[in-house]
Amino acid sequence: MSPATIIFYIISAFILGTGILAVTTRKIFRASIWLLFSLIGIAALYFWMQLEFLAAVQIIVYVGGIVVLIIFSIFLTIKSGEEMPKPILIRSIFSALAVLFGTRFVVRLISLYTFKPISTTAFNLSVNQIGTQMLDTKDFGYLLPFELISILLLAAMIGCIVIALKSNDKEATTFQNSIQ
Amino acid sequence: MSEVPLTHILFLSTCLFFIGIYGLFTRRNMITMLMSIELMLNSVNINFVAFNKYLYPEKLDGIFFTIFVITIAAAEAAVAIAIIINLYRSHHSIDVEDATEMKY
Repeated sequence: MSPATIIFYIISAFILGTGILAVTTRKIFRASIWLLFSLIGIAALYFWMQLEFLAAVQIIVYVGGIVVLIIFSIFLTIKSGEEMPKPILIRSIFSALAVLFGTRFVVRLISLYTFKPISTTAFNLSVNQIGTQMLDTKDFGYLLPFELISILLLAAMIGCIVIALKSNDKEATTFQNSIQ
Repeated sequence: MSEVPLTHILFLSTCLFFIGIYGLFTRRNMITMLMSIELMLNSVNINFVAFNKYLYPEKLDGIFFTIFVITIAAAEAAVAIAIIINLYRSHHSIDVEDATEMKY
């Protein structure tokens, strides 16, 4: 076993362990911190696969953006120190069974299939290559999805502001009551 | 690097996906359900990257799909959290069992 192999298994154990803790712990703030560690482990896996650009994107968007957003919403909505109620026993037993059978089924399917690489050229990724192909209008260029994604992000941003906007109805009625 | 076969990376992403499914089934709190969905999206990203790296090393399509999935996950989390905050304002709870107006 080479060091790279050992590092892969350590990273996978880290991701799975923190992922399990994130979905089973009963304190919601701890769950979000375990999710943070799991996402950092996935970024480490991208580093291990020598995809430094994707690892950086993962850390910036997930760890720096989504987890911080989740922590903010925890503070805005529930008391973070409180324990959540236990899930119903029957429900957790049956979902654990479904998950175990599903995992076993998919793992067996994967192990029965032999993956043959199409070509054997070495995989080397440069950020230059990603940028050129992403903004390309010729064959295999990704300009159109790129623009669609930017429109989607704009729409999501405006939609968030509209949904979370506080309506002023209550303030207006209290103001009217105070006048009367 | 090449000693780890592709199947082991796929096992990892399968386990992560089903951990997310377990969280989605057992949790009744909207924020924790959102966390489980993030875990599932991440396992799909691992699959895209692994297939791109091992089977089609001269192409970049898996990388692009991963970048797009990450972007859409960010937009989805933002919209979901806006909805959760609005629901908390009207119901004073973010448990999915408490929001039953549109049931049946």
